[in-house]
Amino acid sequence: MNGIRVLVGTRKGAFILTADNERRHWDVSGPHFGGWEIYHIKGSPADPDRLYASQTSSWFGQVLQRSDDGGRTWEAAGNAFEYEGEPGTHQWYDGTARPWEFKRVWHLEPSRTDPETVYAGVEDAALFRSTDGGHTWRELAGLRGHGSGPQWQPGAGGMCLHTILLDPVDPARMYIAISAAGAFRSDDAGASWQPINRGLKSEYIPDPTAEVGHCVHRIAMHPSRPQVLFMQKHWDVMRSDDAGASWHEISGNLPSDFGFVIEVHAHEPETLYVVPIKSDTEHYPPDGRLRVYRSRTGGNEWEPLSSGLPQQNCYVNVLRDAMAVDTLDPCGVYFGTTGGQVYASSDAGDSWTPIVRDLPSVLSVEVQTFP
Amino acid sequence: MIRIILPPQLRTLAHAGNEVTLDVAGPATQRAVLDALEMHYPVLRGTIRDQATRQRRPRVRFFACAEDLSLEPPDAPLPEAVAAGTEPLLIVAAISGG
Repeated sequence: MNGIRVLVGTRKGAFILTADNERRHWDVSGPHFGGWEIYHIKGSPADPDRLYASQTSSWFGQVLQRSDDGGRTWEAAGNAFEYEGEPGTHQWYDGTARPWEFKRVWHLEPSRTDPETVYAGVEDAALFRSTDGGHTWRELAGLRGHGSGPQWQPGAGGMCLHTILLDPVDPARMYIAISAAGAFRSDDAGASWQPINRGLKSEYIPDPTAEVGHCVHRIAMHPSRPQVLFMQKHWDVMRSDDAGASWHEISGNLPSDFGFVIEVHAHEPETLYVVPIKSDTEHYPPDGRLRVYRSRTGGNEWEPLSSGLPQQNCYVNVLRDAMAVDTLDPCGVYFGTTGGQVYASSDAGDSWTPIVRDLPSVLSVEVQTFP
Repeated sequence: MIRIILPPQLRTLAHAGNEVTLDVAGPATQRAVLDALEMHYPVLRGTIRDQATRQRRPRVRFFACAEDLSLEPPDAPLPEAVAAGTEPLLIVAAISGG
């Protein structure tokens, strides 16, 4: 294959969008797994035709699908996600203790080097790893077991582990983020973890600068500088230059620093993208205008990108896993909305066009590049 | 021979037809039927019963002979007509939105 493959998870199925390197004409395949929630689909960097998909349902629970031919055919892999040992308790919304209970897989992160190894971030928050192509799963229990687990609490969408970043230089280092616990780092391949939330400030917890309890929505990194992290928090856009040891705010001139997605340009590690959302109760763009904001300075100075995006009466949301970039030049940027549109830019955000307009509500967008 | 009617979502998942027929060794109980069903269709493990607790998932119901059997103990005998194969066991997705 030559070109771009966009993997879209929605509330009612998966869709695969393909185009050549011109990125003008798109073919739409799907729905795959129609009627099921597809929280996330992602391809293996080591074998791009190996895809993993999280298929879930409030009725029928979790199914884990995998494909070995780029999404043309699928087979169910393993769906037994069992917490190690006594699961213990976390906080419920009302502050009472509640036992850990597996609900669904939010995010799948295939290994950079081994197509058989894949990580799963789940609700209730925990990290699992499979080393046999998704057939069996084992919890990396040091995360929940490091001590603060009983203080974690669910965000509005549930207590989910939604972000997994694998360091491209140091194979023993990885990052995860949980709503609402915060960000964590492991330097020993997931055996042990430390919270990395210094500098975050969240007014919705009793101690706004507490070690855990922050509702981190998304973390991004550029592979050339894995010690530099960017975060979209519940409120605030943040940056760390020391692998998460400390964070500082880079919201700058954004019209709202609430939002879900954050992404980094494929070739410019200081170029960032966010989609400001009005507030935590008003999950739509400010002024009914859908605008991506781009910073070419690593934060603080942001410019609105609106060409091709609806600029009136637009009240969709862009969820945390629903933005991605390709690695062509110029860099392509993609995002999906709760209104079912998937927008693409083939000029690093200067202009946008919808690939599809009327899908079910989009949960996730991933991009594979075949130059 | 036990007859089982799956909800459409699980038929698709299991690549099964409208009605599944299974031989069940021993007394026909919910547990025995579901064990046999999952043995024939491993992809259904975890979709009708919780993977860890083996309890019926809250939004899945069992009907047969115009009765709701969802709250019957898993080892209680199914109705004679189900055990004899004259009536199917219906596995139903609860009406709860979606």
